[in-house]
Order: sequence, then structure tokens, then C-alpha cells
Amino acid sequence: MAAMVEEAVRTLSYREAINEALRLEMRRDPTVILMGEDVTGASHSEDESHLDAWGGVLGVTKGLVHEFGRQRVRDTPITESGFVGAGVGAAATGLRPVVELMFIGFMGVCLDQIVNQAAKMRYMFGGKARIPLVIRTMIGAGFRAAAQHSDSIYSTFVHFPGLKVVAPATPADAKGLLAAAIRDDDPVIFCEHKLLYDMKGPVPEGEYVIPLGQAEIKREGGDVTIVAISRMVLHALEAAERLAQQGISAEVVDLRTLSPLDETTVLESIRKTGRLVVVDEDNPRCSVAGDIVTLAATQALEFLNAPVKLVTPPHTPVPFSPTLEDAYVPSPERIVAAARATLG
Amino acid sequence: MEISRDKLFWAYERMRLIREFEDRLHTDFAAGKIPGFVHLYAGEEAVAVGLCAHLRDDDFITSTHRGHGHCIAKGVDLREMMAEISGKATGACKGKGGSMHIADVDKGMLGANGIVGGGPPLACGAGLTARLKGTDQVTVCFFGDGASNQGTTFEGLNLAGIWKLPVVFVCENNGYAETTSPRYSVSGQDIAARARGFGMPSIAIDGLDFFAVYEAAGEAIARARRGEGPTFIEAQTYRYYGHFEGDSIRYRTREEEEHYRLLDCLYRFRQTAISQGLLTEAELDEIDARARAAIEDAVRFAAESPMPDPAELLTDVYVEYPMAALWPFQEAAVPVHR
Ligand SMILES: Cc1ncc(C[n+]2csc(CCOP(=O)(O)OP(=O)(O)O)c2C)c(N)n1
Ligand SMILES: [Mg+2]
Repeated sequence: MAAMVEEAVRTLSYREAINEALRLEMRRDPTVILMGEDVTGASHSEDESHLDAWGGVLGVTKGLVHEFGRQRVRDTPITESGFVGAGVGAAATGLRPVVELMFIGFMGVCLDQIVNQAAKMRYMFGGKARIPLVIRTMIGAGFRAAAQHSDSIYSTFVHFPGLKVVAPATPADAKGLLAAAIRDDDPVIFCEHKLLYDMKGPVPEGEYVIPLGQAEIKREGGDVTIVAISRMVLHALEAAERLAQQGISAEVVDLRTLSPLDETTVLESIRKTGRLVVVDEDNPRCSVAGDIVTLAATQALEFLNAPVKLVTPPHTPVPFSPTLEDAYVPSPERIVAAARATLG
Repeated sequence: MEISRDKLFWAYERMRLIREFEDRLHTDFAAGKIPGFVHLYAGEEAVAVGLCAHLRDDDFITSTHRGHGHCIAKGVDLREMMAEISGKATGACKGKGGSMHIADVDKGMLGANGIVGGGPPLACGAGLTARLKGTDQVTVCFFGDGASNQGTTFEGLNLAGIWKLPVVFVCENNGYAETTSPRYSVSGQDIAARARGFGMPSIAIDGLDFFAVYEAAGEAIARARRGEGPTFIEAQTYRYYGHFEGDSIRYRTREEEEHYRLLDCLYRFRQTAISQGLLTEAELDEIDARARAAIEDAVRFAAESPMPDPAELLTDVYVEYPMAALWPFQEAAVPVHR
């Protein structure tokens, strides 16, 4: 114990953790390449002072070009169908590309290459193809970025057989899950919440891989289960803290991977607490939150002591104005109220 | 090309309004007064104004994430624009869209657009409406050098070409898409040349020279109005500020920025207008003063306007839809009006 206290735990931001995972995987495997719009920047310029002008729109890939060069850290034109599709083709033929689709809302520009090509090739070809592709993309409201840059529409991808979908909530999970996503032989959509980039937390040094498909209990409790995804895990933890002050013990389950879904961890928690709240920042219809409710209804109904509560945004696009956007995003207050409601 | 004194007044005033509007946002953003992603048009004024000088109120434009200049040139209300960008209830879109989605369909402004390459197909649709309704309305489609690589842009050019749509495609080549120059991103280097492959007239012009833009735009828009089909204009221009506010601009040189500042479109407009005896220095100065006052007024209006009522979260999603279905499976978290 004493030794652990002495050994200062290293903290990184979520942004730095993602950057580190990319760096380590690119070192480990020369077929890993990174491409996207301005992932380094100023690719037209020979001027040394312009090298790595951006390192990604929010600086997540900064510095990688210095170690791996412009061949492997590749700026693309603004042609999502083109370069996401090229990522699929490259994955099918021997590279292990990590493609950056800047904001998840831009999926609309290139959806065919993801859902008809990447997701279905292996099956259509009778198992004679592997698509070891990662698409990194930003999700999340709260940035005042308005309707086309604020979606959390990961459920769209969960809907498609052939795709895996990951949405980490902490720096450590971001590092470990991204490493696993890159090593995975199937296409993985890796969703980064833009409001988490500056969040710091302990992150293991060196090789660190979290297997896909494992949820994690982020806080143990006995009275009510709160299942949450990405930034909503932080809101759930905040709610759990407030509930504790009111004498209610909430268990917070972070799904981490949305496809495949870790049914076991969720079910065990529901069986323990007998109460369920699901918090999701995605649109409320046809959603991962709905899947969790289906899971509870089909596999754990006899353990539920109260109706399940959902906490999601409304069925609207994300508004721009701060007052509207603040009312849009599920708040810790709403989670507290939902949890209390399950307790009658 | 002939240009009336009234049109000259109008054009210079619009250009100055855009410049003042954007300079003010630059300052206010730095002071933390403006939320979100803000892309400024300062430097590029001659393009929007040179094109819109030939448009009627019932003509259409499609725009980009860098849309304030297009709005002002098309006549969107300055107060409503400033309020929108500030997220206020009195904004052109009730504060729901913000800078990147500012729009005023009644003024023929079909919206700024957060999706690069979102505009060209929409412009074809507006052109199709005019064709099928038998009107002589024209649509001008503004987009950037970066957007010129997007698949939707090529698809739009092809549609407009085969259907002879009354659309003028205006590529605002300001030298960069975020940090990346078309020298890297555009294969073949020549954006205007690509459009010729779609069988339409296409020219590259000095987009910093209002009179050059005005002339090219006049021909293209007249051609579209006569039903002779689309034209492509590559307007070579420059943006003064970063890609968006907060950009540290580490991808171009000081010398380059200074070079373009010397070619400033407003400065050159003044030089030409004065030397050719079209407008006097005093007249131009008076327009400058009026423009400054108009921006001041818009800023005051926005500052004094209220934030939207949270209940507005649930309005305008559909023309018709059951209100309760907008917060499915749970209690509505904001009070539902109506
Ligand atoms: C489909 C899509 N891809 C990427 C982006 C991110 N993005 C916003 S503006 C921009 C650059 C656009 O460059 P250009 O078309 O030259 O217009 P400019 O900003 O120079 O006016 C990019 C990549 C986006 N908004 N939409
Ligand atoms: Mg550009």
C-alpha cells in the first residue's frame, strides 16, 4: 500500500490519452496509419514552422507527424466519402487505418462506405475479408456548435451488423479501448466526446489494452442501477454523489462498448439493485438506451421493483443558443430525479 | 459593365457593413462574448457583394459555414443576424441555428451550412423549382476551395449541367480550407478548369476586385436568367482572420497576409471610385460612418434581447407532430407550450 502511495499516479487528459494510444499503436505496427482533414495540417507547405499546424481540429493528433511523417499521418482533402472509403479499401488489403471523421454528423456524407461497404464486406464475401479499420469521430452537445456539429448519434452505427462501436468516458478507457479498437480485425467506430478532451484522470503507462465488449461499474451501489454512456457517465457519477447525500446508494454502469453489448454486467447490476435508470445523450428513439430497456424487460423483468426510467434529450436536433442547449443535455438533476422516482 | 451610382453606393455600403460586422465579431469573440464556432468573411467582401448586386429579393443563394457576408449581401437584417450569432430569441433563427446556420428563406438566403459541400445540391433544387415553375429566378451557390473537392459539389455541377439549371456556382478560393491550401488538396490545381468538364462556361477572376466580380457575375446571372444554364466562377480571394475564431494561424506566412492586405477590396473600391469620379471621398466616408453606426445598433439590439425561453427547445422540429412525442418515454424536462 505504501509503495502505491509513493508511486505518483500519472494523469493525462482524455485528449493526451488518445494521442498516446495512437502513438504506441503506430510504433507497434507499421501498417497503422492515420488520415483525416488537417490531422497534421498545412500539407501544402515546406516551411518547418508550418509543420503540424493543427494536429487535428481540437489538437488530438498533435505531434504524431514528427515521429511518423506525412506518409503515415496523412492530411486529406474534404472528401469524406473518398477518404473514409479509401480507409475501408486499405483495411481490406493490408493496412490498419485509423480514419478521422471530424464530427459524427458528417457521417451523412460518407455513410455508404461505412454501412454498405465496411460493415457488410466480410459477410457478403463469405468471411474472406477482414476490415481492421477504426473511424475516430467526435460526438457531444454542450460546445455551442449547433445542430450539425453536436450529435451523439452512435446508435446509428450500433444498428448495423458488422460494425463495432465504442464510446469511452475517461482518459484511461480512451487509451485502452482505442488500442483494442486498432488491434481489432473488424471495423470499429470510436466515439470521442468533445467536452471530455480536457478532462484529466489516471492513465496507465505503456501498453494498455481494454478488451472491447466489457462494461465497467464506475461506482458500486445497492439501491438503483444507473447505466450511462460517454459524458453521461460523469453526469451519472455526479448524480450518484448527490443521491448518496440523500441516503440513496446508486450503482453507475459505464457501457464503454455499445456494440457488442456487455449484457452480463448490466443484468447483474439490475438483479442486485432491482431498479434501473438509463442515461443517454443520443436521440431517444431507436437508441442504445432503448436497447438497455429491452434487455431489462426481456431478461430481468422479475427483478425490477419499479418501472425503468429514461433520461435522454428530447426528440429534436441540438439547438445553438446556450439556454436551449443547456435544457437539451441530460443533467445530473434529471438523473437524480429519475433515480428517486424508481425508489417511489 | 455599366454600373449605376445607386448600385455603387449600395455595393460599397454592403462591403463596409460586412467588414465592420466581422471586425466587431472578431473583437467580441476574443472578449468571450460570442459562443460557438465563428468563421469570419473579412477580406472576401467583394465576392458576395459583386454577385448579390445582380440578384433580386426573389432570387436564392446557398451559403457556407462562412456565411455572414452572404447574408448581408442578400439583405438579411443586421440586428437579427447579430442576435442570432449571440443566441438570442430575436435572432434570424430564434437562436436555434447560430452563426453556422444563419438563414432567412424570405430573403432568398437558404442558409449558412455546417456541412462542407452541403450547398451545391440544394442550389440545384432551387434552380429546378424555378425551371419547373417557369420563373426567371436565379440561384447563386457559394462554396469554398475546400468544398470544391467534395463529391456533392461534383454531383451538383453535373445535375445543373444536364438540366441546364439557372444556377451560378461561385467557388470562393480563399487559399485555404482550414490549414490546407488547394495547392495540396486540388488535383490538377485549376478549380475553374474542372467545371468546364461539366460542359458549362467557367472562369477564374480576381475576387478582390469588386468591379471584376461585378462584371463576371452580371454575365453569368443574365445567362442563367435567360434559361441558358449554369456558369462557374472561381473567385480568387483571401480571408483575413483564422479559419475560425481562436485559430492560431500557423499555416501561412506574415508576408502573404501583408501582400493580401495591400490588395484589400474596400481600399481598391475606393481608389477606383474616386479616381474615375464615380463617388467622392466624402461620400465614401459618410457610408463608412453609417455602416459603423448600423453595426453598433445591431450589437446593442442583440445585447438587449432576451435569451430564448427553454420551451422553444421543442418548437420548429416539425410542421405537425404530437408535442408529447417530442420527449418520448419520459416526463418533458422543459415546460411544453401550446
Ligand atoms: C462535410 C464536412 N467536412 C468537414 C467539415 C469541417 N470543416 C469546416 S470548414 C472546413 C474548411 C472549408 O474550406 P473551404 O471550403 O475552402 O471554405 P473556407 O473555410 O475557406 O471558407 C472544414 C474542413 C465540415 N464542416 N463538413
Ligand atoms: Mg477556402
